[in-house]
Amino acid sequence: MQEGTKYKIERIFKNTLIHIFLIIVAVTCLFPLLWMIGSSLKTQQTVFSDMSLIPKNPVWNNFYDAWTKGGFGLYFFNSVIYTVSVVFGIVIISSLAAFAFSRLQFPGRNLFFYMFLAAMMIPLPGSFVPLYVLMTKLHLVNTRIGYILCMINVGLSFSIYLLKTFFDKMPPALEDAARIDGCSKLGIWWNVALPLARPAISVIIIFNSLNVWNEYILATLIFSSKSLMPLQRGLMIFQGTHITEYPLLMAGMTITTIPIVLVYLLMQKHIIKGITAGAVVG
Amino acid sequence: MKAKSTIENYLFVLPALIIFSLFYIYPFYKVFTLSLCQWDGIAPFNFTKNFVALRNFKELLFEDKIWWQSMAQAGYITLIALTFQNALALALALACDRDIKFGNFYRVIFYLPPILSEVVVGLVWRWIYDGNYGLLNYWLQNLGLSHLVRDWLSDPQTALTCVAVIHCWKGFGWGFIIFLAGLQTIPRELYEAAKVDGANSWQIFYKITVPLMVPVFILVSILTILGTMQVFVLILSMTGGGPGYHTEVPVTRILASMVGSSRFGYACSQGIVFGAILMAVSFVQIRLSKYMRQA
Repeated sequence: MQEGTKYKIERIFKNTLIHIFLIIVAVTCLFPLLWMIGSSLKTQQTVFSDMSLIPKNPVWNNFYDAWTKGGFGLYFFNSVIYTVSVVFGIVIISSLAAFAFSRLQFPGRNLFFYMFLAAMMIPLPGSFVPLYVLMTKLHLVNTRIGYILCMINVGLSFSIYLLKTFFDKMPPALEDAARIDGCSKLGIWWNVALPLARPAISVIIIFNSLNVWNEYILATLIFSSKSLMPLQRGLMIFQGTHITEYPLLMAGMTITTIPIVLVYLLMQKHIIKGITAGAVVG
Repeated sequence: MKAKSTIENYLFVLPALIIFSLFYIYPFYKVFTLSLCQWDGIAPFNFTKNFVALRNFKELLFEDKIWWQSMAQAGYITLIALTFQNALALALALACDRDIKFGNFYRVIFYLPPILSEVVVGLVWRWIYDGNYGLLNYWLQNLGLSHLVRDWLSDPQTALTCVAVIHCWKGFGWGFIIFLAGLQTIPRELYEAAKVDGANSWQIFYKITVPLMVPVFILVSILTILGTMQVFVLILSMTGGGPGYHTEVPVTRILASMVGSSRFGYACSQGIVFGAILMAVSFVQIRLSKYMRQA
């Protein structure tokens, strides 16, 4: 009995220590975000004196000003356009290609597939230099379509790889049944393969959405007119021109961050699955 | 009939191939040709006229001190990420591996920084570190540590470490998830059996967990090195490479060659040298992991 109680106390003590450690780290993770949101509710006069996390008299006006005068409404709209079109493009193009690599016969099939694989393995730092040269050549600098195509390419290889491993596991019986029912290849892709690959597709959608939403360098090089810029680029421009207007900047950053955090909270199970899958490939 | 079917099959991969050739293969080829040229990115490009052979590489390898300084600085950040960030990630993963209360809650919070954009993370921390209006100095003053107060990101002595710490802050959640996934593949029976045999927690960790986790350790360290060496958006948003060149890293140097001094050829040669170094590092690590698995 004596032993049992001692063991129990020891365990409670240990668990408390572990929780304290985990809570400290969790607070460190959350604090900058809370500071950002809290500061976006202060005024230019109070932001340097009021060091509280939650201001007593929150000012919601900053969000209106950032959205209109700061241009973040426009940037937000652009980010949505880019994210939706890139992700849509990646899902369609990569699933068509992965379906062919997994299920159809044609000369050079393995060669092409390994080419996509190799692209994931070979690091090409500074690839934005030749990409910019290409964009100039194609007259795609400062166009939406140029940026969208570039970003589709960024997510393509990984998506093809992930989907191919999924399609490889697809039972041939399903495919045969569809063919007997008169389905064309395109029909099998749409009616059989895509629904079966739903888990992989959600991973692809989430990761590429995060990636496009957070992308900065290509947006910087490709866009020169403000009306085309996405949020990340807009933030840097705002920071450069209104260096100490922290409440407005923080409001802009909150606008940038909230959609990502919401998507993350809704989809966290898929995300955690996806990271492990992604790491094993890389 | 068969020919028609083959053409039909090609149509499935065609869009992917077009985009890939245009936006991956062509730039890949272009990097190599441009690296042998001197070109400002504006004048019409003419390979024979702009050709300078290996002069860019000679300058980069033997004369460009700032380039090697930037490489050392990225190495410093990487070293901190490999040790501090991964140790923290492993400790957290070990803590969450048991049936702990709120385990999922912690997991969700720890993976929050990795999903944020580097621009947002950089700008928030830039303000916290700020010399005049920053929260860090405000706290230090209130804690009676005013001798520590400084302009953290403008001080050559602290700037690089401050950036490295934020890089770790943003990255540890990712390592944590991978370590946790690795830990959860270890069969629980092994732990039970060891406990029955009278092993203490340290022995269990050292004799069971560590050997089984070696592949995961290697995977995480390869990805940490490749990821951290190529960090740059965080730096652009926190310091822009300054003060002086004290937080420059290879990719910010490539960007500076391209945008700052309009030397597209030189920027490409920097990309090639850096890419080759990264390939060599991961090659060595993969070799090492094969060797260790055999041993």
